[in-house]
Amino acid sequence: MSETHVHSANLDNEKPQFYVTEEHHPEGSTMLGFWLYLMSDCLIFAVLFATHGVLGRNYAAGPSPADLFDLPLVAINTAMLLLSSITYGFAMLQMERGAKAETLFWLGITGVFGAIFLGLELYEFAHLIHEGAGPTRSAFLSSFFTLVGTHGLHVTFGIIWLITLMVQVARRGLIAENKRRLMCLSMFWHFLDVVWIGVFSFVYLIGYIG
Amino acid sequence: MFGNTSLTQFLFGRLTLDAIPYHETILVVTFIGVAIAGLAVLALITKYKLWGYLWHDWFTSVDHKKIGIMYIVLAIIMLLRGFSDAILMRIQQAIAFNGNEGFLPPHHYDQIFTAHGVIMIFFVAMPFVTGFMNYVVPLQIGARDVSFPFLNNFSFWMTTAGAIIIMMSLFVGEFARTGWLAYPPLSGADYSPGVGVDYYIWGLQVAGVGTTLSGINLIATIVKMRAPGMTFMKMPVFTWTALCTNILIVATFPILTATLVLLSLDRYAGTNFFTNDLGGNPMMYVNLIWIWGHPEVYILVLPAFGIFSEVVATFSSKRLFGYASMVYATCVIMILSYLVWLHHFFTMGSGASVNAFFGITTMIISIPTGAKMFNWLFTMYRGRIRYDVPMLWTVGFMVTFVIGGMTGVMLAIPPADFVLHNSLFLIAHFHNVIIGGVLFGLLAGVNYWWPKAFGFRLDAFWGKVSFWFWQIGFFFAFMPLYVLGLMGVTRRVSQFEDPSLQIWFVIAAFGAGLIAIGILAFIIQMGVSILRRDQLRDDTGDPWDGRTLEWSTSSPPPDYNFAFTPVVHDHDGWYDMKNRGYERPLGGFKPIHMPKNTGTGVILSGISIVLAFALIWYIWWLAAVSFVALIATAITHTFNYNRDFHIPAETVTATEDARSKLLADRT
Repeated sequence: MSETHVHSANLDNEKPQFYVTEEHHPEGSTMLGFWLYLMSDCLIFAVLFATHGVLGRNYAAGPSPADLFDLPLVAINTAMLLLSSITYGFAMLQMERGAKAETLFWLGITGVFGAIFLGLELYEFAHLIHEGAGPTRSAFLSSFFTLVGTHGLHVTFGIIWLITLMVQVARRGLIAENKRRLMCLSMFWHFLDVVWIGVFSFVYLIGYIG
Repeated sequence: MFGNTSLTQFLFGRLTLDAIPYHETILVVTFIGVAIAGLAVLALITKYKLWGYLWHDWFTSVDHKKIGIMYIVLAIIMLLRGFSDAILMRIQQAIAFNGNEGFLPPHHYDQIFTAHGVIMIFFVAMPFVTGFMNYVVPLQIGARDVSFPFLNNFSFWMTTAGAIIIMMSLFVGEFARTGWLAYPPLSGADYSPGVGVDYYIWGLQVAGVGTTLSGINLIATIVKMRAPGMTFMKMPVFTWTALCTNILIVATFPILTATLVLLSLDRYAGTNFFTNDLGGNPMMYVNLIWIWGHPEVYILVLPAFGIFSEVVATFSSKRLFGYASMVYATCVIMILSYLVWLHHFFTMGSGASVNAFFGITTMIISIPTGAKMFNWLFTMYRGRIRYDVPMLWTVGFMVTFVIGGMTGVMLAIPPADFVLHNSLFLIAHFHNVIIGGVLFGLLAGVNYWWPKAFGFRLDAFWGKVSFWFWQIGFFFAFMPLYVLGLMGVTRRVSQFEDPSLQIWFVIAAFGAGLIAIGILAFIIQMGVSILRRDQLRDDTGDPWDGRTLEWSTSSPPPDYNFAFTPVVHDHDGWYDMKNRGYERPLGGFKPIHMPKNTGTGVILSGISIVLAFALIWYIWWLAAVSFVALIATAITHTFNYNRDFHIPAETVTATEDARSKLLADRT
């Protein structure tokens, strides 16, 4: 069908436009690319969640979640991370307004909440290891430490990235490149929040009620 | 040497002089050969003062065309290594009968079959496929480069770093003896305490970073950078297969990464994911690795299908039959490839219902694949077929791949699989589809796109020699393995008791010899073509009467690919242009915005090699230093905001005028 269409078009001597003489600017790919990266990272967490789902009750005659988890501590920890997401949102609002100092202020607050989150997590880990419930004790603890620890590592890299961006914003201001970078980190930060909701619900809460 | 063991241990970890395998004659001879050849290459580069050229024009280049070529060079070099392993195995199995132990002791033989699998999949097929996607996709969609040009350069160097790490294991230490997927508990710390599995893990992890990032990059490129007018249903079929393949890469390589992280934690930190005690579950590893592993084979074969689609339409001088069904078939294969992983271990004992589900999904995959096969056949039907070398490979593929596909359906029947599992029948099957599908496709692609990349065709005589030796050699090498598999011979065995089996192994070794001649002919083909390039020259940029956009620009294409961005009206965009009186623009060029080269990719990959080496040998201080250096280099790179430049309009005009003159001289 289309063969005949082309043919008749030829007969009509219709000559369509075959190139654009203006510089062609495809829309930016960064946001799509970063989303794709986040989804690939999400699959790493998916594997860790699945592993925890399969191995999470293999206590090997060792401690179970009910013996170990300190839920009030985890609740405070969760609050820290959620607050850091809100303050990152404030930073982005200030960025939209073009207010450099306010943006940096809220980014700083975000970093502090992130650091408190990490501190509490490290405290929890140290406490568990001290009680003899380290990652080598059972498959349950191996998968617990790996899942929560991988999230913690992501937060650590997020904080290093945050500091780097704060230096760059301080030096060059809210130029287009820096805004794009802040947007990427924003997506990363909220993504870690979402993953933590999963960790809190499936690992801590469901683990606790057994 | 230091008189202080703890200091040497601190400095060198578990690396000692015993790690150098100087008592293995084969390895020593190989090392001497590699060293002499390597020094000769380095000396030649120095003598002709090529270092600056290589560094500025290639290693630091962010041009997708150069990166694509470098990927393919890497793949061809690694093919020679992987094939050497294959020849060693074929000779060993042909002679190790009647008490003759052959020349490869079991511990060496086990490393060879592991290295063969790892290298052929990760460092031959993957870079080959990625190289083609890099080179061809931006040209086919009318783009100037990929979405993230620096990331592309970085991805290539990470893949290369992985290959270097694997190659190091040949001369420093040992490689894994576990088979190419390193199943625990065999690959765990208890049964593989040496460095072999660690080389395996870190080689794949470093290369995996490159593969995942390159997948993200190419998806973004295809989705965002298409020329005006090119809707999804007007994309060339190769670009469609590249899109599906990269979606699979992004959807599966993170699973491999995570699985290998868990294995490393078992080995390094003493966790119990895949151990036999304290609640570990080795079958979890087998499931996870095949959730990556099965889509992986489609990652390799889909772009090959894309190449065949381009070749068959071009050399039949006809539109591809059933373009839309080809696209849907590709997408259906992409989705189904995720739902079949358990057929790799029906014998695990999941029960009849689970096995039946995965057996049926596996058989269903043959439907879209069959649809593709018929589309190619109908494209040829009443076409004006030209049997140039790319078309020969395509026809060879159609015959060979169908046989491999049918034995695959046999293996998909769980009761049959209980008999054939891990037998040489399986080995014959997957070589049948990987060689007959992927490799034939890649060699068709080399012959098809070489004139685009270099401006001259490949020599047809040596191309045909290579094709026939490969094709016939393949049947001699692998049909005997089907027979042996049906007789119950299992894989990964280095010595045999039953003398009646020997003749089949001898035939297989003969076939491997024919394939060796095929590979040699391929190398001669490239050499002869470079020497005779003036006779083989093509100035038109369109030597095959091509149909897609890459043939509309010069060969090799200018740095900016297209002086003006093309507008597309049909999925055979260039054919449509030729048919409807397209005239090449001759003036009015504007400056073109392009990314700048950078050496950061090379540096990051170099540091990654050091980091991996330190982790493999437990040299903790070096690991810490190189890790910090890696992060610091990456951060430093982000402080460089000056990443692009404009090619001045005069340069574009000069380049385009030179081409106009070439075209005018022809007539």
